Amino acid sequence: MIRAAIERLGANTTNLVHELGHITSFGAATARGVARPAFWLLPRLVREIFDTGVLSLPIVLLSGVTVGMVLGLQLFWVLTVFGAETSLGGVVGATLVRELGPVLTGLLVTGRAGSAMAAEIAVMNSTEQLDGMKTMAMDPVRFVVGPKSLAMLICMPLLNGLFICAALGGTWMIAVKLLGLDSGIFFQDLYDGVDWEKDVVGTMIKALVFGALVALIATYRGFTSGRSAEEVSRATTSTVVTASVWILLADFVVTSLWKF
Amino acid sequence: MSKATRDFIVGLFVVAGLGSLAYLSLQVGGIETNGEGGLELTAEFAEIGGLKERAPVVVSGVKIGRVKRIELTQDLRAVVVLDVNARYQIPIDSSAAIRTEGLLGQQFVALEPGAEDALLKSGDKIAYTESALSIERLVGDFVHGNDLENEKKSEE
Repeated sequence: MIRAAIERLGANTTNLVHELGHITSFGAATARGVARPAFWLLPRLVREIFDTGVLSLPIVLLSGVTVGMVLGLQLFWVLTVFGAETSLGGVVGATLVRELGPVLTGLLVTGRAGSAMAAEIAVMNSTEQLDGMKTMAMDPVRFVVGPKSLAMLICMPLLNGLFICAALGGTWMIAVKLLGLDSGIFFQDLYDGVDWEKDVVGTMIKALVFGALVALIATYRGFTSGRSAEEVSRATTSTVVTASVWILLADFVVTSLWKF
Repeated sequence: MSKATRDFIVGLFVVAGLGSLAYLSLQVGGIETNGEGGLELTAEFAEIGGLKERAPVVVSGVKIGRVKRIELTQDLRAVVVLDVNARYQIPIDSSAAIRTEGLLGQQFVALEPGAEDALLKSGDKIAYTESALSIERLVGDFVHGNDLENEKKSEE
């Protein structure tokens, strides 16, 4: 019995190393594909940016405004206790730019676009479209996975910026229009509290890292999924779960390495 | 949806996204633009308290620049490098003081203009400085009596 348990542990470890190696070489192949651009792939990229970025925009903006409003409402009353409601702008700005913006955008995009990306590639795989491409000597990693990954990498920082701006707008609405904080004080404290080099560059680095992670996990899960309907749904679910966990883990790593 | 419409929407999305990043960088983040700054002054202080980089530099309460760097000299005095808008003319005998906004607010550098006709140039050092007021030290002096009295007691 003990021997069986140890065997299982050994098998799991080997599988883990095997999968890590596989995902790394898959990522490297994608990077090589993206690094060899072709002009006729550009319409494909525009299409993918539409699917990933534009279609994620409503939920990202709506969540942004809501998160900003809630932050404004909660923090305003906490800060009022210390008579420090004038520093609301800086607190909300730093929170959104450093953490909430990139992490929530990453999670939302994973749910909205990452799952769709995995499902699309998985269905292409199960209906043997990818095999068809291979038969015609077209590399599916370069022509299918490449544009999708690049679109995710481009969209994530843009959506992150839009999320943060929408959230700041939400906070402004609550703090200034509803609770009567002075608009000038709000913006002055916001501009003083957020640093370009530390905070804004940091948020873009986070967005790029999360974009790369979501793209890699979604395309890999789709590409390696089985051919049954069940396997397609499993690939989609696994994408959302794995990518969400990795976004949160990577957030901690980037935060501790970057000079926040 | 026609291809042209989709291209247009994607273009709008990219422009809006880049616009939001530009707003965050230029306005919220306050990235250094060429318009501001230009006149770099240094000032030595014995105590800078809680002064931070990017703290405002003001004259008569009007912001004219910001603290660029804070360093330490060989003899362990604090050197504060100020980045002041070059269109302001600051007399050579001006003095710099570290003040606090309110009782517990953030600290800033206040310049007190002098009377000389000669002006400070980039790289110059402000000769007269007034260190940050440490509330803890004030309370300490008040509780334990001032330094002179302590010295007398220790001599007795």
